[in-house]
Amino acid sequence: MSSLDRRRVADFGAFVKAAGGLVVQPRMGFGSPERMRAGLAATKSADARTVGTITLDSYTRVGDHEAVVDALRQGVGLNGYPIVHYDRAVTERVLDGIGGPDFPVQVRHGSAQPRDIFAALVASGMSATEGGPVSYCLPYGRTRLADSVAEWAACVESFARLREVGVEPHLETFGGCMMGQLCPPSELVAISVLEALFFHAHGVRSVSVSYAQQTNHDQDVEAVLALRRLCAELLPHPDWHVVVYAYMGLYPVTPEGAYRLLGKAAELAVATGSERLIVKTVAESRRIPTVEENVSALEHAARVAERSRPLSGPADSATYQEARTLIEAVLNLHPDIGTALRTAFARGYLDVPYCLHPDNAGRTRGYIDDRGWLRWADTGRLPLGRAVSSPRTVTAGGLLADLSHVRRAYDAPHAQVEPVAGV
Amino acid sequence: MTGVDVRPAGTVVVSGVSSDAHTWNLVYLQLLIEELGFEVVNLGPCVPDELLVDTCARVRPVMVVVSSVNGHGHVDGLRLIRALRTRVELDGVVAVIGGKLGIDDGDAEQNAAKLVAAGYDAVFADGAGVGDFRALVRSLRPELRPELRPDLRRELRPDLRPELEESA
Ligand code: B12
Repeated sequence: MSSLDRRRVADFGAFVKAAGGLVVQPRMGFGSPERMRAGLAATKSADARTVGTITLDSYTRVGDHEAVVDALRQGVGLNGYPIVHYDRAVTERVLDGIGGPDFPVQVRHGSAQPRDIFAALVASGMSATEGGPVSYCLPYGRTRLADSVAEWAACVESFARLREVGVEPHLETFGGCMMGQLCPPSELVAISVLEALFFHAHGVRSVSVSYAQQTNHDQDVEAVLALRRLCAELLPHPDWHVVVYAYMGLYPVTPEGAYRLLGKAAELAVATGSERLIVKTVAESRRIPTVEENVSALEHAARVAERSRPLSGPADSATYQEARTLIEAVLNLHPDIGTALRTAFARGYLDVPYCLHPDNAGRTRGYIDDRGWLRWADTGRLPLGRAVSSPRTVTAGGLLADLSHVRRAYDAPHAQVEPVAGV
Repeated sequence: MTGVDVRPAGTVVVSGVSSDAHTWNLVYLQLLIEELGFEVVNLGPCVPDELLVDTCARVRPVMVVVSSVNGHGHVDGLRLIRALRTRVELDGVVAVIGGKLGIDDGDAEQNAAKLVAAGYDAVFADGAGVGDFRALVRSLRPELRPELRPDLRRELRPDLRPELEESA
């Protein structure tokens, strides 16, 4: 098949928006093409409105293709699909008769230097992926932010040129997740919007903005509504949607707890009018999930979504105000958004709690308050008028207690669906 | 903190492996080891083998703690320890690894055996808690040595025990 045949290439953004209800999607990736194909087929035929995922392995993410070759030769299981290693024909066969306009497939990768990955996914006929110059850099290794910004700019620009052949490329921000835990939602919302603006600045106009479920449902609702309002105000093109990620931290270890937490994420998505949800499975706390575990998670989320209702919450909130302040402060640093993002991190205007990356200032801290809300313990140099600096010392036990807050709440027998304070 | 003895008992290098981006594990281990009275050099995620080996040659740690959770740890960690064990100046340094080392939790025991055979002094399986690890770290402090559990010491490489003795 010609990979650029537009009748056979999906318009991911348009598909999700026209789906007529919450679209659910796995985080799924296997080293073997046969298993990858089986996983996509099972996702497609699950009893839910789905799109497919090819999640890449860690070696491909860091560009260590030799390690992929060694692992495949020795029969060592990879934690994802090595799309750059396989010949394009292999990936075309994985997708053949499964991926297409009726079942778009997105590549999820976590790479700060994704040139080869973009080339490989486009070559095999896909037009949707994920990331961002900040969110695929700071949480994903040692690549300097300047290098990530430069490579992402170039990749987004060449990806945008798919429109010249009639294909609408789609990009999702990972900024609404970052390290997954202990970052107050306002900064996640701000980075998600800034990355969407970066995609627009480099020519991609079909985008989705992410937000990862955190420690308190009410706070999450507030955050997603803030995200929606900011997108409506700031994104130059209407082709955007919101994607919620089921919790991205220490996951419950019991199946009941895992399903309750996933269900809560589905409720959050529906409550806030979000269009798409990425699920987590019962295996999350231990190992890479099987195809079957993924299908069960997709179907569970879809059932919960069917009985959930949209909320009409206030779009104005402390989270909205704080996110807006951060976004404006960053945009005012430089007319080129990549430069603005780099300067923002250098000055500590953006600073992600507990992120060890050398380009992150590391002066901010988050904590969970007695209502279960994520708060600033230290705002470092964030340009937030209202500075917070509390003398809490972080201990190993205290950190693990905060990281385990959600796990503990959802694993508790007869857990209230709302996590109660317990730190 | 009491003012009795604030001198660090030595340096411990904490490190991820070449393909692993996870850092919460590293931050947690750093705090835990610092609380036991050691200075920590945390090399962070996606550490190339040479960076770890060169850093160790420079700072001469009393212990190297490798952590990986992405499922490639049993491969990356194996290559890493082979590189570390070829350096004569690092002879006898205590090196351990832990985390979620494979993508299938069923392979844990087999992976651990391979890692020990290649030169790790101990492998800490995921989900076993950090009690044994804490005891091992404590044992590197002369005044706390008796706390090293006898059953744990048997897991250490025999040729390493005299080295531990010496540092006492
Ligand atoms: C947060 C998270 C992320 C964040 C990490 C941000 C960051 N920079 O740290 C993000 C979103 C970026 C991420 C990315 C990926 N992740 Co991740 N991630 C997690 C998650 C949800 C929580 C991890 C966490 O916060 N741990 C907190 C620390 C304190 O706990 P811990 O890591 O479990 O470590 C404990 C023990 O293992 C032990 N321990 C660890 N090391 C050592 C060492 C010693 C010596 C000792 C004594 C003890 C010890 O002590 C700790 C405290 O108990 C876990 C799932 C889960 N656990 O619920 C998945 C998980 C670890 N990720 C996983 C994977 C595969 C990935 C990706 C490859 C993407 C993918 N294919 O799905 C990428 C990584 C890319 C790369 N290059 O490696 C898998 C690993 C699967 C496996 N081993 O079989 C997990 C288990 C999820 C899953 N079930 O699929 N991830």
